[in-house]
Amino acid sequence: MIEFHLDPRSGVAPYLQIVQQVRQALLLGLLSEGDQLPTVKQVVARVAINPNTVLKAYRDLEREGLVAAKPGVGTFVTRTLSQASLTEHEPLRNDLAAWLKRARGAGLTEAAIEALFTSTFRATAEEER
Amino acid sequence: MTAILEAHALGMRYGRRQALTDCTLNIPPGHVVGLVGPNGAGKSTLLKLACGLLNPTSGSIRVLGNAPGSGPEQLARVGFLAQDAPVYPHLSVADHLRLGAHLNPRWDQDFAERRVAQLDLDPTQKAGKLSGGQRAQLALTVAAGKRPELLLLDEPVASLDPLARREFLKHLMESVADNDTSVILSSHLISDLERVCDYLIVLVSSRVRLAGEVDQITAAHHRIVCTRREPDTLPAGLEVVLAEHTDRQSTFVVRTDAPLPAGDWAAESLSMEDLVLTYMETAAANPRRARQDSEVAR
Repeated sequence: MIEFHLDPRSGVAPYLQIVQQVRQALLLGLLSEGDQLPTVKQVVARVAINPNTVLKAYRDLEREGLVAAKPGVGTFVTRTLSQASLTEHEPLRNDLAAWLKRARGAGLTEAAIEALFTSTFRATAEEER
Repeated sequence: MTAILEAHALGMRYGRRQALTDCTLNIPPGHVVGLVGPNGAGKSTLLKLACGLLNPTSGSIRVLGNAPGSGPEQLARVGFLAQDAPVYPHLSVADHLRLGAHLNPRWDQDFAERRVAQLDLDPTQKAGKLSGGQRAQLALTVAAGKRPELLLLDEPVASLDPLARREFLKHLMESVADNDTSVILSSHLISDLERVCDYLIVLVSSRVRLAGEVDQITAAHHRIVCTRREPDTLPAGLEVVLAEHTDRQSTFVVRTDAPLPAGDWAAESLSMEDLVLTYMETAAANPRRARQDSEVAR
């Protein structure tokens, strides 16, 4: 069983923090197929958050196909985020490193690179929505 | 489904002082509602109107579909925890549960005893000898033990230390998860509300300035920073909540239900704390506007 924590200063919505923590646990191998997630009651009793927030996070994970709810029993992991997705990281990281090198070569400061990345990240995230 | 609380042009006047003005709300069921605002804004008045301790001087209010305090059935459905978690200092912890059992038709003795054990409270202890945190927990136990559909809590954690506050909120959220209880809770501690609330009401100088689901409110507000310009040069559809200018820069907080259009500005989202403070500041800066509103309402 894993436990959640909440960082109020992160600026990330509480339900997203839970989604991210499950994804991270899957990537790190803390969770694998068949494992049960803590029940809503266990989470709220530990973290002191709104039960709807936990439900929303679990529904999101369900939509992604990572977990499935068994009514009356609990929510279970249905997929392991295998090493395959980790190997995807390497070429993407290389692309990003090349891009960063180009940006620095073009004279952008660290802050300018960060601003450009963040604004593009948000813009494309909204387009995909 | 019946709204937790429905108010139309609700007003409350104490003598010459208007404590609540033209308050219109419709809160759907299943929410934990955070009620924020400066001292004297009308938060306690609204909660007392909702449980039937006060009768409005104008407008109307319905709670879970009925007039507040309209009979024993309605009283059993609504739990109210007044400010500073009052308990009877000369009665023991067990006496409080006995009292709860006698006064409430839906009393859940199992739950109440379990909670007292969980909290490590000595049932024979006089309530007056408990710590602030224990008193608040006992008061919550009695309020939740009556198994209300709606719990009204007036600054329940204000006097508690951070650990006691967190424990109190955990128990409150457990009650919500167990029984689908709806909650309206007033507090100055926005970081607490951010954890537990999914609906927000900002009340300033007796008026509702902002009300809605937290997710929707947060998604609809943006802070944009740009070269100095007048608010009316912004694209149509952006409602300007706050405008601040320096000699070359303008900062706006805008509200739009559509996605924010792209523009020559930096945009960011606001935390719940920033949002609440923004609405409090603009209300404080525009007392005249509030007065004009009330004239229109009359």
